[in-house]
Amino acid sequence: MNELDKKVVKRPNMSVEIAGIKLRNPVMPASGTFGYGEEYAPFLDLEEIGAIVTKGLSLKPKAGNPTPRIAETTSGMLNAIGLQNVGIDAFIEHKMPFLRTVNTPVIANFFGNTLEEYGEVAKRLNDIPEIAAAELNISCPNVKQGGIVFGTDPKAASEVVRLVRKNLQKPLIVKLTPNVTDITVVARAVEEAGADAIACINTLTGMSVDIHTRKPRIANRTGGLSGPAIRPVAVRMVHQVVQTVSVPVIGIGGIMRAMDALEFLIVGASAVQVGTANFVDPAVMLTIIDGIEEFCLDEGIDDVRQLIGSLKL
Amino acid sequence: MKNYRTKIISNQEISPGYFRMKILAPDFGEKAHPGQFIMFRVQRSLPPLLRRPFGIFQTGSLPADCDGLPPKEFVEIVYKVVGSGTSIMAELHEGDRVELLGPLGNGFDYTSCEGEKILVGGGIGLVPLYMLAGELIAKGCSVRLLMGGRTRDDILAVTEFERLGVETYISTDDGSLGEGGLVTQVLERKLQEYPDAEVFTCGPMPMLSVVHDICTDYKVPLQVSLEESMACGVGACLGCVVKGAGHTEENPSYLCSCKVGPVFKSQYLDWAALGQNDDSCGGCA
Repeated sequence: MNELDKKVVKRPNMSVEIAGIKLRNPVMPASGTFGYGEEYAPFLDLEEIGAIVTKGLSLKPKAGNPTPRIAETTSGMLNAIGLQNVGIDAFIEHKMPFLRTVNTPVIANFFGNTLEEYGEVAKRLNDIPEIAAAELNISCPNVKQGGIVFGTDPKAASEVVRLVRKNLQKPLIVKLTPNVTDITVVARAVEEAGADAIACINTLTGMSVDIHTRKPRIANRTGGLSGPAIRPVAVRMVHQVVQTVSVPVIGIGGIMRAMDALEFLIVGASAVQVGTANFVDPAVMLTIIDGIEEFCLDEGIDDVRQLIGSLKL
Repeated sequence: MKNYRTKIISNQEISPGYFRMKILAPDFGEKAHPGQFIMFRVQRSLPPLLRRPFGIFQTGSLPADCDGLPPKEFVEIVYKVVGSGTSIMAELHEGDRVELLGPLGNGFDYTSCEGEKILVGGGIGLVPLYMLAGELIAKGCSVRLLMGGRTRDDILAVTEFERLGVETYISTDDGSLGEGGLVTQVLERKLQEYPDAEVFTCGPMPMLSVVHDICTDYKVPLQVSLEESMACGVGACLGCVVKGAGHTEENPSYLCSCKVGPVFKSQYLDWAALGQNDDSCGGCA
């Protein structure tokens, strides 16, 4: 048997574990870019991706921000959707029946307008056995409550994570904002408060102006910047967080291709989330998964976990 | 609906700044419905990052080659060069590789041929009306097209509509083709003539708003095709929502124009809010 045949025969292990949940591979969608999973079912096999991450859920349905809500920028997009979602009750009634049919871990992203609401949603998630883990959003830049107030202050972050940890009987992932001077301070605070894993980064606050009308291009005035434009910032922050905490980190920010995902794995992310790229190519996660596997084959790596944190300094 | 990794069959300028593009899309035609749209990926590299939504002009098959293979099926769009994405599109040629997602959204709703069917198109807004006209004519309906534009250059594909058997009326703001003035004035006259008509429209928001007012006055049903900025086109990003009728701060109603629309029955929309939206131009992206 020649070298090439051996490589083809032995496929690398692609599965990873995050906060006690086993994923068939380290690629999942970022919350808010994949609806409730069902929207993308016509375009890709949901049982091929590592996990499904839902749109952010709140106690009551949320209507979201005025329009326009999105604007394309150079290699990125601004959004200020405003956490529009059906609310936890409608999610259980209308979205879970479909998700139950899919053999892929479901991670429920959630947020609250107040500390109490965060605790309340966490409790409600316990009632859904098919939810594998919860991702706590303390980082949405587009609504006054519902996130960033908690995510930019280590004390407030610690308080909300502690409360949620107490109420939630599932693995807890905390999603962090990059809109802080030092992300490691908040990362350390949420780890100490009981986070089982950290996801970073959420979008960077940005603004764009229509020079002809002289109005902001989105109604909310500012929005969250995502897409390839933010990737180097995200890689840097994931690197910093990995150096600071011992819980697993999920890397997010502008991943369009397998080589982008590999950057995050190499700096130490145990898994990655793909966001804006889903809008560009609805099956992009499959391409990314295949590309990671192919990279492992080419490099003679028999387990994707060997890549995690393999950064040479 | 699916994602086609495909190629361009032809891309021709039909009027200054307006192009017709045929794209190879097997089995697309049998699934497409008038008023639906596609998300078009201009090129594999960046920029632009996001896909662009385009109304479907028509679907069909090319004349069969002598190779014994089934005729090639295509989807055709008509677009106006308005920004960076459409500027790149204007430079594309036969054989260039592109991607399209579709058919997407909810199109026009038509069941019976009772009453006159009046289509009102403004500029590039005529795009989704062509396939609709074809289907209505095939059903045996009587169809009239009222087509408006700023100048004669903005009046597109009228001969195609006439070839279908559609009675067409042209108006331009500057009087360079057809009657001088607004297409909405023509609509008002036609509704006096045909009080039991049903109206279908697509075009710039100020025009849509007046069409809505006129149809409300004359108590005739109206379906309107909207165009909003979109990121995903499949109901996931929630970037393209419009306010529904009865929307209030306390009891908000946001409808996804990609999923619930892009065609809406006009009574379900909040026209006061839509009127403030001045950058919608109907199918032009």
